[in-house]
Amino acid sequence: MFAQMSFLPEQASAVAGKVDALFLFLLALTGAVALGVTVLIIGFAIRYRRRPGAEPATPRIMGSTWMEVLWSTVPMVIFVGIFVWGAQIYLTMAQPPDDALEIYVVGKQWMWKIQHPQGQREINELHVPLGRPVKLTLTSEDVIHDFFVPAFRTKIDVLPGRYEHVWFQPTKTGRYRIYCAQYCGTNHSGMKGYVDVMEPADFDAWLNNRAEGSLALEGRKLFLKLQCITCHSANSRAKAPVLENLYGQMVSLRGGQAVLADDNYLRESILAPQAKVVLGWEPIMPTFQGQLDEEDLIKLIAFIKSLGPGQTPVRTEDAEPPIAPSIPTSPLLLPPGNALPNSESSPTIRQTPAVPSYTLPRGAVEKAGPP
Amino acid sequence: MSSVIAPYRPQSAPEPAPVSQLDVNYLNASYGVKSWLLTTDHKRIALLYLVSLSLMFIIGGLAATLIRLNLLTPTGSLVTADTYNKLFSAHGIIMVFFFLVPVVPSVLGNFCLPLMIGARDLAFPRLNLASWYVYMTGAALILWVIFSGGVDTGWTFYTPFSSKASHTDVVPALVAIVFAGFSSIFTGLNFIVSVHRLRAPGMTWFRLPLFVWSLYATSVIMLLATPVLAAVLILVGVERLWGIGIFDPALDGDPLLFQHLFWFYSHPAVYIMILPGMGIISEVITCFSRKNIFGYKFVAFASVGIAVLSFLVWAHHMFVAGQSAYSALIFSLLSYLVGVPSAIKVFNWTATLYKGSVTFHTPMLFALGFIGLFTFGGLTGLMLAALGLNVHVHDTYFVIAHFHFIMVGGMVMAYMAGLHYWWPKITGRLYPEMWGRVAAMIIFIGFILTFIPQFVLGYQGMVRRSHVYDPQFQVLNVLSTAGASILAVGYALPLTYLIYSLFRGKKAGPNPWSATGLEWQTPSPPPTHNFAVQPVVDCGPYEYSLQSAELGADVHGN
Repeated sequence: MFAQMSFLPEQASAVAGKVDALFLFLLALTGAVALGVTVLIIGFAIRYRRRPGAEPATPRIMGSTWMEVLWSTVPMVIFVGIFVWGAQIYLTMAQPPDDALEIYVVGKQWMWKIQHPQGQREINELHVPLGRPVKLTLTSEDVIHDFFVPAFRTKIDVLPGRYEHVWFQPTKTGRYRIYCAQYCGTNHSGMKGYVDVMEPADFDAWLNNRAEGSLALEGRKLFLKLQCITCHSANSRAKAPVLENLYGQMVSLRGGQAVLADDNYLRESILAPQAKVVLGWEPIMPTFQGQLDEEDLIKLIAFIKSLGPGQTPVRTEDAEPPIAPSIPTSPLLLPPGNALPNSESSPTIRQTPAVPSYTLPRGAVEKAGPP
Repeated sequence: MSSVIAPYRPQSAPEPAPVSQLDVNYLNASYGVKSWLLTTDHKRIALLYLVSLSLMFIIGGLAATLIRLNLLTPTGSLVTADTYNKLFSAHGIIMVFFFLVPVVPSVLGNFCLPLMIGARDLAFPRLNLASWYVYMTGAALILWVIFSGGVDTGWTFYTPFSSKASHTDVVPALVAIVFAGFSSIFTGLNFIVSVHRLRAPGMTWFRLPLFVWSLYATSVIMLLATPVLAAVLILVGVERLWGIGIFDPALDGDPLLFQHLFWFYSHPAVYIMILPGMGIISEVITCFSRKNIFGYKFVAFASVGIAVLSFLVWAHHMFVAGQSAYSALIFSLLSYLVGVPSAIKVFNWTATLYKGSVTFHTPMLFALGFIGLFTFGGLTGLMLAALGLNVHVHDTYFVIAHFHFIMVGGMVMAYMAGLHYWWPKITGRLYPEMWGRVAAMIIFIGFILTFIPQFVLGYQGMVRRSHVYDPQFQVLNVLSTAGASILAVGYALPLTYLIYSLFRGKKAGPNPWSATGLEWQTPSPPPTHNFAVQPVVDCGPYEYSLQSAELGADVHGN
């Protein structure tokens, strides 16, 4: 009850204290300046008020250049100081640590849909472990939303058609409000949820309890179902670049430019493949606009991000499935009528490796051999 | 009607006109509806604007009243979510585009600018009348939209919500705002040309009253920024009507493009709103402390500096919108730069009081209130411009409170100061001084009570445009609504006693404040052509100390 009445909201992330420190400093500075100006105005007004019967003669004071210079430069110096302080915090907020836990968030009118890399999905609830940096990758299915957690002092607009990132490091267990801060229509103020910060052990238990197929594995299914594998295969007849180890690399494009292969690049290449064509390849890929919803896109991108050397699925279904050891067997169903060579209608997966270079997915073996 | 022109005329030398001519003024020169609707007299057009804008202020204020009443309870018990969204949209659209942007230029600027530069009218009198008709077309259209069902996009029209998702009459609302924008452009053009071409002999640039300087700077912004607003709103309409992809990513558009273009107008628009207010304060502070303005050139160039810098800070509305960190850094730094000229003005007004002979008439009370509220509003702007802090308070009630401090605490206070200051000149009547002082105090107190709680709400995380909110925010919301009810009383008072003074007010005489400006050297109300004789100016605008020295103790009119 007392916490509710306090002036500052609860601090539950690593950056919250820094933001509050800047706020309290500026509050003190603002208060001092406002008080100073007020005292001067009221003081002058009273001291120099016109007294009854007195002559209203006033001195002819036109100004003072040194005072003007003084009260222009002193604020300027203070302003630059505030700028630097604020910018430092902002840049910290803009750079997620490399070891951050990645979670995907899709906003739509008027709910938040959360996808964990291990496959758990939740709505308007986000479970995270205490103490570990968490990086959210966010997008919207319709209009612009904004993911705002006051206790973490974090906020980011969630736009349709692209990915934004925000990260935080929870420092206290508990449930903290998520609000949508960008007006998004009728039920905008009802578009809210909670972040549940759990002890790491509890979080692990929660993850295991609610396991489904991991995002990467779900993405792999899509990769096969949509027949991406037909062209993006690892053999010499491939019609499109291999996607192994692509994420985070610079890619050379036709026309001499280069682009960083991040989430937004992968997304664009799936939805608008002609926009950035990789050097040395033909622009033959069809668009997948309209065939994939935002959640499918996240799965596909999670799969591409997870692709290590030699992990591209083979085009023959004689291959052994790269099933992660920790995840229960999930039969990989090829769609009927797929174009893979030697296709059979068997719903089960053959366990014999067909290609010698095949390796288990990331985490199962150290390093793949050269194909 | 034996009033004589104040004996001291430091910057003009019109011979006192014969008494017979003094009885004919712009109000009684002709009668009939047609003589008003077809007038090209800047003073009559100012009154047309005064009536129309007051009506818009009342409608926008009623929307605000319903908003505050709805927020008395966390569950939004007064209106439905859709109605609430339409209410805050109506409040924002009316108050920003149809009241705050035009109010001081079109009412007080229109009335005073030709008088202050010693001209018979603006450069293009018929363009001036056209601006009112264009404004009225927009105003009629927006009122039709609001009363026939409303629009629920907020005054910011963010895409793709406005271009795709909203099911309300967005396109007519956009058209209405484009009309209002063209009215601004007409006024701005007229002011710029008038200041260049119609100054009286001897009225050099550095003898211009600071209100004229600020109107000039405002006009430059109106002329350069408003076309961008028109363009971006038309593009939203194009996308909405014909599905041509501009802002909607599903059509290969870019939603951030809208925000860049919108704020490229709408940030400078903040200065369209506040700069003329600053000009009024310079007039009032000098008059009621009987002093020259401290640092005339610094105050004048601060207006120009604000006008220029205002074009370079728009993306500070987008620190969490998904722009790059580098562009955020640049726009944060530039935002601090624009704070400097504002600070210069505050310090100069304060220094002007030093060794003055200060009286506390209503305009002065409003002006002093302005300095306090504007200073506090500006200082909270420093918090918003600090990147790391902006992330937390962005799109919360902290922002709401900040810009209401600037626009209402600043601009509306300044407008009230100016309206009371020039009321005797406009109408020839004095308003009841005691009621004026009471209104100034009530508005100041009501304002503080309304908006200080909103700063706290914002920092605690209450987001703007909330129809419902979490229960822990209720206490502060009730406080804010209570303050708003005081504020409403404060605004109702001038409406009442100013109208009363039209009929019962004491005759003002040409110069009730013993002010030095040219507008006070002609009868109140002024004759149709302003001056009987072309005024000639031979000194600066605020020579109150010379005037006092010459006139001795008899100077003040009260």
